[in-house]
Amino acid sequence: MTDVAIRCEGLAKRYRIGERESYRTLRDAITNAFTSPHRLLSSAARNSSNAREDRNFWALKDVSFEIKRGEVLGIIGRNGAGKSTLLKILSRITEPTCGYADTWGRVGSLLEVGTGFHPELTGRDNIFLNGAILGMRRFEIARKFDEIVAFAEVERFIDTPVKRYSSGMYVRLAFAVAAHLEPEILFVDEVLSVGDAAFQKKCLGKLGDVSREGRTIIFVSHNMTALQRLCTRVVWLDRGKVTDTGDARTVIDHYLQTNAVANLESVWEDGLTAPGNERVRLRSVRVLPQTNSGEPITVHTPLRIEFSYFNFVPETTLNVSMLLHNLEEVCVFVTASDFAPRPAGLIRHTVEIPGDFLNAGSYYVNMIIVKDASTGILFQNNVVAFEVVEGEVVGNWYGKNPGAVRPRLNWRSEVIEAGGLEVSTAREQNT
Amino acid sequence: MLRHTRTSGSKSSIVIYFSNWSKRSAPAILSWIRADCSNTCNRGAAALEHLYISDMTVTEATPLRAMTSPSAGQSALPHTRIEPSKGWISLGLKDLWQYRELLFFLTWRDIKVRYQQTALGVAWAVIQPLFTMLVFTLFFGRLAKVPSDGIPYPLFAYTALLPWQLFAYALAESSNSVVSNQNLITKVYFPRLVVPLASVLAGLVDFAIAFVLLIGMMAWYQVRPTMAILTLPFFVILAIATALGVGLWLSALNVLYRDVRYTLNFIVQFWLFASPVAYSSTLVPARWRPFYGLNPMAGVIEGFRWALLGRTQAPGAMLWVSVVVVAAILVGGLYYYRRMEKTFADVV
Repeated sequence: MTDVAIRCEGLAKRYRIGERESYRTLRDAITNAFTSPHRLLSSAARNSSNAREDRNFWALKDVSFEIKRGEVLGIIGRNGAGKSTLLKILSRITEPTCGYADTWGRVGSLLEVGTGFHPELTGRDNIFLNGAILGMRRFEIARKFDEIVAFAEVERFIDTPVKRYSSGMYVRLAFAVAAHLEPEILFVDEVLSVGDAAFQKKCLGKLGDVSREGRTIIFVSHNMTALQRLCTRVVWLDRGKVTDTGDARTVIDHYLQTNAVANLESVWEDGLTAPGNERVRLRSVRVLPQTNSGEPITVHTPLRIEFSYFNFVPETTLNVSMLLHNLEEVCVFVTASDFAPRPAGLIRHTVEIPGDFLNAGSYYVNMIIVKDASTGILFQNNVVAFEVVEGEVVGNWYGKNPGAVRPRLNWRSEVIEAGGLEVSTAREQNT
Repeated sequence: MLRHTRTSGSKSSIVIYFSNWSKRSAPAILSWIRADCSNTCNRGAAALEHLYISDMTVTEATPLRAMTSPSAGQSALPHTRIEPSKGWISLGLKDLWQYRELLFFLTWRDIKVRYQQTALGVAWAVIQPLFTMLVFTLFFGRLAKVPSDGIPYPLFAYTALLPWQLFAYALAESSNSVVSNQNLITKVYFPRLVVPLASVLAGLVDFAIAFVLLIGMMAWYQVRPTMAILTLPFFVILAIATALGVGLWLSALNVLYRDVRYTLNFIVQFWLFASPVAYSSTLVPARWRPFYGLNPMAGVIEGFRWALLGRTQAPGAMLWVSVVVVAAILVGGLYYYRRMEKTFADVV
């Protein structure tokens, strides 16, 4: 119990399906009261417990873990895995159904920045209001006021109602207040998706500062790069249960590997349901590894990607843009086919990605069909996905190589001057 | 012995000048600084990471985490146990007290936002009871000739409208408070009681503004307050307690059943005619008057008239019935609200 910040034991949260989606009306309650005695009698024979289990949804089940003080814990998992529910329980917004959690220290959460901002109030008023909502004392807010305003870069507009702020200013101010809250335990949920790139960088830096100050942070994100940079340990939730926990790098790799859905081919047989419109309609997208079938795609394998679609309007200038993304949701590159007038009919574009270009990892492809080299007329995301594994290892490095791509570039190595032994020994003697 | 200054900027640091530096006294000095830092600015950890010891050639930066024994600060940190609540729960008044600043800010927000972007602003606080009073005077006072216990009818009605408006506003706002603050409730923890409480308290400002007009009217009609005016705060509190008590029930119900929102107007309207605002409770036969007190606003309004104008009889049994009813509604409301609040974030 010495240096623990949070300890969860068997946390579970049950939602009753149906109760959450829509609030009930009094009429329903009254009709239920009249009909339920009848239902009680009629269904008593049937196994009603089974039906009840069906209506229950366990957002979290038997989650136990421990966070030490000063640790930055990442939580990963797909949407609906229970990440947000876990944070909601730990920040006491909702109660667990069973189990318990102990926290030591003041808890602050950035579950959603700008909570309680009132559009009619000025930036100044909102800083105080929001600070109070987040649990800051008035003197604390007053002391940090200038710092907050400077961080948000809204000095000139501090006495303007925030409804007149641009969305960027609004978010910056909101984050600034939250970031200057100084709890011992901080929850961060996906805040890094806000603001422009420069501000995101600032936020990441701030989080890094916060963790260096010895605070405990739980960080929920889909941004694997940020998670890897900030977290010491990662918990992977899947369908409300802890699947894996441990060192950030290991768990994230494990997660990425498991969730890599290879989908080398998308074919739309039915012209009516295929994605498209009155101008174009997709037919198929294929990834063709230039290798013997059955062999995995390695970093050395050249790939060919084919896009086929029907063009309905003759002599339209069309081309295809391909956006390659990795699972960290970084766009690796964009590439576009030639544009030229296409006749009506089935059109195919093929692009080649050379071997020794992509890094190991999972990739997915988004595509755009562009008209007149300027207007996107069909946007289709995640048409194909593939995974690139390590090839034969060159050298003695067995770890994962960083970087979005791993091109083989031309290196030249040469000896400028042979000998020179006297020079180095002379330096050694000098020192 | 030593002096420390804090340079603000992207990083805060403490510069310490030692006159007599010895390696042996270092731990003592450091722990002194640590205590000082955590007392004054609560960011000892941050500061000590950039601890520069100058005046000697030694410049040193020592991270705090390396120096503190982990258990040292642990005892000071507040411990919270998060678990499902069972059975009877406490009202959490201690928690509420800790969040009193939030209560203040939410009340302040409601007041500040209320008349934002209106042309007449706070004048609305007077306009509403004033015009209601004029209408009542015309129809009930002049045309229907409702007896007003020997008080000029406009004064008679306005004195009752003050607590009535306070009550009606507080009731409406508090009943909708949980639903209208759902963005807070689903995002941040705080004692949920703060929300209806703040919306009830915000009504007091309107009340105070409208009260100024009452003072003017009393001067105009040359009504001199008696010692009974000292009991006025009691009746204000009673009006607020009534609104809060009913508001707690309705706001918690409103989370489950949005019907409450639509029923509310009707309830307030109905309640107005059931309360002695436009007429005097002396219209009710004396032996039924204690039963009339089952409507707590009857006790409040008659109490107001008595406390301010001093001409009517002190409300006796009727008032005590009202007090008991309010206490029952309020305590019941508090417990019902506390029971329901744990599901607010899931259901609202």
